[in-house]
Amino acid sequence: MPAPPVPPEPGPELNTTGDLLHVVTADDLPPARVALGRALIWGSGVLLVALFLLQMAQSMGWMTPWFETWRPTLYAYLTWAACLCWGQVLMRGEQGKRVLFVLPAVLFVVSLTVFPLLFGILIALSDWNLSSPTGRQFNGVANIVQMWHDPFYWNALGNMAWYCLAIVVEYTIAFGLALLLNAEIRARKFFRVAFLLPLMLSPVAVSWMIGKSMLEPRFGPLARLGRALGWDTPSFFGDPVIAKLTIMAMDAWTYIPFMMIMLLAGLQAIPREVQEAARVDGASGWRGFWEVTFPLMLPVSVTAILIRIIFKLKLADIVINVTSGGPGGATDTVTSFIFREYRDRSNVGYGTLLAMVYLVVIVIVMTILMKIADRFTRPQT
Amino acid sequence: MTTETVEAPIFRDSETDLRHRARWWTGRIAIYGALILWSLICLFPIYWTLTTSFKMAPNVMQGHLIPFVDYQPSWLGFRSLGLSPDTFAAESTPRAEFMKRFMNSVVVSLSSSALAVALGSLAAYGLSRFSYRWAWMRNSDISFFFLSQLILPPVVLALPFLVLYKALGLLDTRIGLILLYTLTVLPIVIWIMRDQFAGIPTELEEAALVDGLSIWGAFLTIILPIALPGMVAAFILSLVLTWNEYFFAALLTSTHANTLPVMVASQTGSQGINWWSMAALSSAAILPLVLVGILLERFIIKGMAAGAVK
Repeated sequence: MPAPPVPPEPGPELNTTGDLLHVVTADDLPPARVALGRALIWGSGVLLVALFLLQMAQSMGWMTPWFETWRPTLYAYLTWAACLCWGQVLMRGEQGKRVLFVLPAVLFVVSLTVFPLLFGILIALSDWNLSSPTGRQFNGVANIVQMWHDPFYWNALGNMAWYCLAIVVEYTIAFGLALLLNAEIRARKFFRVAFLLPLMLSPVAVSWMIGKSMLEPRFGPLARLGRALGWDTPSFFGDPVIAKLTIMAMDAWTYIPFMMIMLLAGLQAIPREVQEAARVDGASGWRGFWEVTFPLMLPVSVTAILIRIIFKLKLADIVINVTSGGPGGATDTVTSFIFREYRDRSNVGYGTLLAMVYLVVIVIVMTILMKIADRFTRPQT
Repeated sequence: MTTETVEAPIFRDSETDLRHRARWWTGRIAIYGALILWSLICLFPIYWTLTTSFKMAPNVMQGHLIPFVDYQPSWLGFRSLGLSPDTFAAESTPRAEFMKRFMNSVVVSLSSSALAVALGSLAAYGLSRFSYRWAWMRNSDISFFFLSQLILPPVVLALPFLVLYKALGLLDTRIGLILLYTLTVLPIVIWIMRDQFAGIPTELEEAALVDGLSIWGAFLTIILPIALPGMVAAFILSLVLTWNEYFFAALLTSTHANTLPVMVASQTGSQGINWWSMAALSSAAILPLVLVGILLERFIIKGMAAGAVK
């Protein structure tokens, strides 16, 4: 669970002092009801632990296995979770009913991220090839040493930095488009829908539509356009630099609408009077933009860029489907590299370690970025 | 460009006013030029895919662009999926295969979005109305805990889940995918819904509570209908993300539960791609969301704008 001690993200301020909604309830819980609640929670908990230990013993080979899978433990866990929710209401009355709003989501997220992450740390420190018959072998820091000497992983990390830098260009284009849509134009709805559509398309379909067909060196329309403009042998994925730029362009094509809409929402929230006042004061066009609109848009911009960075760090689908990291790892992202590490070599242990290291890097970088952003957008007094 | 406004043509006689009008016209032309150029950039790939699905080999090689003018459309691409008019009546294996993937996508994306909206709305409502305290965690910590899931890259979870699902017998099942997809969109839903509930005055529930409703009753009968547009926005945004998801589907499914993106991706690997059938398949994969985008655009924009502006 990446929960670094950073101030909460920009968003509506949540009450931290007391309930917004004051309810006076005369909770007069009979002791029998409280006891029942406690019994439910503890009973199902004991059942869960017992089943888990039983299945553990079986998988270790101490007992003859009864079950083929770990499903019984899963069902016991679900029962325990349901009993925990119900028990809250039984034991704590009105307060329990309030807890019931958040508890399901918390249980869901904790069981689906925290457990796998803890389990992932175990996997990351072991030599585990799913296709080899030996199974999992604990090997300590051997994976870390291997990672340290793996040029392809460092190359992929470096590529991620390049890909993130492309966000500056995306942001500029998105801001321009948002300004265009905010101007007084006809057919605004048509343009908004048209600009939004790339976001709706699946990256896999995009990688075929653009990467494989439109950029096809012989028949693709863009290759034809390139030839018409005097590029004799258009090849979009042959040269490392061009390949990287092409992947950036395809990813930008999909995600520019996302930033554009956030920025457009920000622009529409600026009161008309502010800009009119600026114009009256003589700040026209370019100057009005830099001295009035842009500073007012700073908080929205920072939020949009931060979210975009988060999405960018997950970039993989296009790379996997168009170039598989080639040529020579020039377009590789961390995710696509680990994907191939698993697909080609079934190397679960090493792949997980790489992913874990990536997570640590992301958490550190994002924490620093959010700290900077927080200082940057705080109103200067 | 925003400062460009319609200037009332009151004075036309002097030289300076004519210059002003010329500037206004160039401004208009630049704006519309940029708008049309970007619309072309956005729409051409979609147009290209849709038209290519009606092309035959020679049309592709000669780079024909406009149907009926450049080339005669044919059903070749859709026939290979069993979706052309003449193959509709007959049984066809490709169509059965395609429909299976399509239904997998539909079921997985709809149910994970619904689950995420249900869980996320409840949590967002609770966080916006009550103060919780669990160990050292307060409300802001709990919502940060939820939102921080956004940072978690899928690749970190993928391999542990592969191993866990194998042990639980959930590999290659729809349930497994639904759970994971719900997890990936939950932070976004909470982000949007938190904003929604914060905008609803608490007096509404207070009145309902005075009238004798319980807190859950007030939530279900008073608050939910008001927050419905936000929930629709969150649902559609989740739908887009889950429909298009490829990474987990590629890793965790093999034959029974794989979704449309996996099917599209598995075709590109083969040498000598059939352009028309790939185009038909891609069109079928993108069309549902293109329709959603055109019809429900305002919900998508509403959803994405939430959180951007306070």
